[in-house]
Amino acid sequence: MASYPIRIRALLKGDVTAITAIVSHPMETGQRKDDAGKTIPAHFIQVLTVELNGKKVMESHLNTAVSTNPVFNFKIKGAKVGDKVTVGWVDNLGDKGSGETAVIPG
Amino acid sequence: MKYPIAIVALLALTNQPAPAQDKPTAAKGRKPAAAAPSPQKDAATLEFEKFRSQMEQQGNPAELHEMRGEELWNAKRGAKNVALAKSCDLGLGIGVVKGAYVQMPRYFADAGKVMDAERRIVWCMVEKQGFNFDDLAKKPFASGNYTPEQTALVTYVAANSTNMKIAVPLKDPHVRDVYEIGKEIVAYRAGPYDFSCNTCHGADGKRIRMQNLPNLSKPEGALTAVLGWPGYRMTGSVMLTHQWRMGDCFRQQRFPQPKYASDTITALLTYMTANANGHMYKGLGIKR
Repeated sequence: MASYPIRIRALLKGDVTAITAIVSHPMETGQRKDDAGKTIPAHFIQVLTVELNGKKVMESHLNTAVSTNPVFNFKIKGAKVGDKVTVGWVDNLGDKGSGETAVIPG
Repeated sequence: MKYPIAIVALLALTNQPAPAQDKPTAAKGRKPAAAAPSPQKDAATLEFEKFRSQMEQQGNPAELHEMRGEELWNAKRGAKNVALAKSCDLGLGIGVVKGAYVQMPRYFADAGKVMDAERRIVWCMVEKQGFNFDDLAKKPFASGNYTPEQTALVTYVAANSTNMKIAVPLKDPHVRDVYEIGKEIVAYRAGPYDFSCNTCHGADGKRIRMQNLPNLSKPEGALTAVLGWPGYRMTGSVMLTHQWRMGDCFRQQRFPQPKYASDTITALLTYMTANANGHMYKGLGIKR
């Protein structure tokens, strides 16, 4: 599948913002083989970062045990409606992707 | 030395089912309307339902395919270099996608046929954009890293009917005819095992292993067959349409593979979708 921008939703409920990020990524483990029996090289997201108005609020280190086109759900405190949430990733081949959205009332 | 530990583990295991069973009973008490079609929902069924609703709430990679579908819908493509958004009528006017999915299958005078969403999109791609039908029908369903353009387009169109009521225009005599044909196909016994769709899907309370089988002749049963399509299947990370599911039913029945975007599939989809008329379509699905 072609690569698509990250889909992000940030919904503020009370003082907690629930963020959903859907990332388009093959997340190859490096253990699968193609039809010809050749190993498909590993290709997976290593670092996922979340920023709120440019300030890093979360950094997670992923490995191959995460599915293709992963969906990430997490909650942060202290965000206000209209704040900018940025989600970015870097994979093991150095490819990068990022997307941003504004916090909306949930 | 190992025995005491094993016994403790065994006790822990045997203790577990009790609280697990308590919870679902309470849940059933809270919403009697949902429990009405099959009052004897057991703990396992309720756990499955909980698992499914959790998956749906957490976000669905199907949205990525929806984005691709939106791009394809608006892009000028094909030999005639036109956009579907400027040429394709899904029943509510050229380019209108909002609510189109829940009102299909319907009769299209320009094609002279009743068509479901995928069939109509393929028809538009062939007639309006100038694609070759045989090319589209060669590899019509998703596999591995490959998702056909039709699938992405259906996903986009279906997503635009999220939380709308299913309203197949059964009053239209053309649609009614096709509905009746669908009803007959569902009752048609054949194949090496000599059974029909109705053998398993025509009565209440049937199951295969742990899986409850919906009764497609009733609105609640038909609804479970309509909801969740098109859906993202996590096994294999593929996006699949209702059209694909019908083909898979034929495979499970040991029937010959139906032709892509054919009358047969439309008839089955008309029967099932119309039986679910009046219920809410909840949007793109996600499956194990």
